[in-house]
Amino acid sequence: MAKDMMKAVIEVDGARVSFGAVKALDGVTLSVMPGECIGLVGHNGAGKSTIVNVINGGLTPQEGTVASDGERLDRYNITIARGRGVRCVFQELSLCPNLSIVENTRIMHHELGGFGWRAKAAKVIEKSLDAVFPGHGIDSGQPVGDLSIAERQMVEIAMAFSDAGIAPRLVILDEPTSSLDASLARQMLDHVRRFVASGGSVIFISHILHEILETSDRIVVMKDGRVVAERPAGEFDHHRLVEAMGSVANDDAFQRSARELAAAPVVLKHQAAGLPFTARQGEIIGLAGLAGHGQTELLLALHAAQSNSWWPRRDPLVTFVAGDRRLNGVFELWSILRNFSIASLGDLSRGGVVRTADEAERGADWKGRIEIRTQDMDNGILSLSGGNQQKVLFARALATRAPVILMDDPMRGVDVGTKQEVYEIIRQEAAKGRSFIWYSTEMDEVRLCDRVYVFRERVITAELVGDDVNETNIIAASFEGVAA
Amino acid sequence: MKLRLTSDAMRLLIPALSMTVLLAAVFWLQPRAMSYFGLNLLLNLAVPIALATIAQMLVMAVNDLDLSIGAFVSFVACVTATFLRDAPLIGTLILAGAVGVYALIGVVIYLRNLPSIVVTLGMSFVWAGLAVLMLPAPGGQAPDWVRWLMTVKPPLMPMAIVASIVIAIVAHLIVMRSSLGVLIRGVGGNQRSVERAGWSIIAARAAAYGLAGLFAVAAGIALVGLTTSADANIALRYTLLSIAGVILGGGEFTGGRVSPIGAVIGALTLTLAGSFLSFLRISPDWQIGAQGAILIIVLALRLVFNRVEKRGARP
Repeated sequence: MAKDMMKAVIEVDGARVSFGAVKALDGVTLSVMPGECIGLVGHNGAGKSTIVNVINGGLTPQEGTVASDGERLDRYNITIARGRGVRCVFQELSLCPNLSIVENTRIMHHELGGFGWRAKAAKVIEKSLDAVFPGHGIDSGQPVGDLSIAERQMVEIAMAFSDAGIAPRLVILDEPTSSLDASLARQMLDHVRRFVASGGSVIFISHILHEILETSDRIVVMKDGRVVAERPAGEFDHHRLVEAMGSVANDDAFQRSARELAAAPVVLKHQAAGLPFTARQGEIIGLAGLAGHGQTELLLALHAAQSNSWWPRRDPLVTFVAGDRRLNGVFELWSILRNFSIASLGDLSRGGVVRTADEAERGADWKGRIEIRTQDMDNGILSLSGGNQQKVLFARALATRAPVILMDDPMRGVDVGTKQEVYEIIRQEAAKGRSFIWYSTEMDEVRLCDRVYVFRERVITAELVGDDVNETNIIAASFEGVAA
Repeated sequence: MKLRLTSDAMRLLIPALSMTVLLAAVFWLQPRAMSYFGLNLLLNLAVPIALATIAQMLVMAVNDLDLSIGAFVSFVACVTATFLRDAPLIGTLILAGAVGVYALIGVVIYLRNLPSIVVTLGMSFVWAGLAVLMLPAPGGQAPDWVRWLMTVKPPLMPMAIVASIVIAIVAHLIVMRSSLGVLIRGVGGNQRSVERAGWSIIAARAAAYGLAGLFAVAAGIALVGLTTSADANIALRYTLLSIAGVILGGGEFTGGRVSPIGAVIGALTLTLAGSFLSFLRISPDWQIGAQGAILIIVLALRLVFNRVEKRGARP
């Protein structure tokens, strides 16, 4: 084929990246040819976002090289990447919400300087919006903060495909369709095919497998920071793709003990949109579905409904384990012990004064129970690895008297060993009669649950009990209405 | 469809409204203020405050806060009343150097990841010390051209109003219309995305702080033009006045949401609030408290407005 003669737009060879003890990329080799769409799939945390960051110049691999057009680039960075036409649509919002669409276009395109840049920028972005999403109805003078989430995503996609002097050659789309409805997603995928047909390259990341299968020429499957499969899209189908991602192989790794809980008393009820939500004593309830489809909102609503915003309850019904440790989990400047005891200070104090002896005793007790790996609980929380920090947050929640524990995808970025230990603690505590409401983006964790609510578009669309809790059913429910 | 105002236009509504109300109240209490001379007297002290407010706004646009602005304006006033009059070249060099220091502070704050409040609070003592070294006792004299500039009587409108309009237009052009302004506000809105687009955050922050220094220098010069002499403590209250002015004018502490026109209106409103209270014959002991009360009322109004707006936005 002629493609063999062509030089790769970007070629990453043997990239290794590690963040502390976590190996995010373990020797990844990937080359992107002109005129092809590469589908990149893998579970949460497989290293997709890391390789994307290496390709767009935001991250320099500790080992390995980046080459472009057959030329090895030793000092590769964002500016060089952009100069070579590498564009990226990120998972999270990467526009400035306080600026208008036109002004954001100015930020994205350095070339757009000089007098009258507003008119030029407006032309550039409107042309691209019209090409990708005909009939979009978005006014380019509006501030991005005033747009709906879908509109923001449309603008971001159009921004990546827009041309203000340096034509886009490689566009990386990281979960671009997550907040688009079916017809908008269709428009975008059609545009990807047109772009590829005209000689451009696309790296397409999505959890919606049929989109990957029908849009890509070649599919790269990643797992644990490595490329585990790389074949033309025609050789994959839905089942084989899931198999290659490696989630079927370890089916027996986590066995859920069947428990009969239908008779247990109900501890929590909530009428959200869709099916009603109930939690029984001693139950582990999973909140599943695609990330960002309303699971966290339900947890927050449950917490808000059970707590008073003026004065803390004496005996709180619920407690919360945060998912984003850095953002709303740990107190970075505090010791491990203080981080642990903050939620149960009410129990540990008399007359408004904390009894430090009791605090230390309880800390030592929990340190042993969940094996926090530290010599001294008075060390700073940041001296612990991420997994151990998460254990401290678990201990914080478990040490309270609250019978219901809300968990907001707390295992993000935690190593496998720690996960197993925490799963065991959860099982033990559930056996003692505590209820867990657990939002997780990982299938393995959802399958540990006694009952699972599946979310779709901020609504509970399905409830799975007992043996129905399996990957096939969850995926089927998560994609309900989209696959059709 | 066309009736729907953008959020930026809504932002200007409250400051404009509160200024109009205060102005009307002042005119009602003291009809003689409704003249060329009266308006000038009422508003001329707002000119340096407006300039300082714009300077503060530039720093707030990159999500920082400048607590040294009052001391810095005092320092500039002292330089203006001494060096700039007696040795214009040295004076100009000192002021240019001070602007450079401002830009440098912006870079240091970013590179070392320091809280801007702490660094600028520290710098405020440096500026105050330098000012005292120059003018241990109140004194000095305004250069003639500065004095002329601040007391000139243009036809139709008094200087205070002309200057405010000019300041608003210039700041609007720089902050809202130019590429540099977009970049500065972009840093405040989403620094990561600006960085990913390949811009130098250091340069953007240095520019924001440097421009802030420039406007603060203008504030100091304008102040001496009005007072004719300087004092090391002449503008200490500008720090809080400028922050209040930005917020009153629809700006926010974070997120790069600022409005230069609003900031000038905010500065005028604060000045008017002072005169209004004097006309009410409220004793100076209570004035600061009463000024605070006015501020709280206006900000509360804005919160209510935001809430209404949000409710309207969600279908």
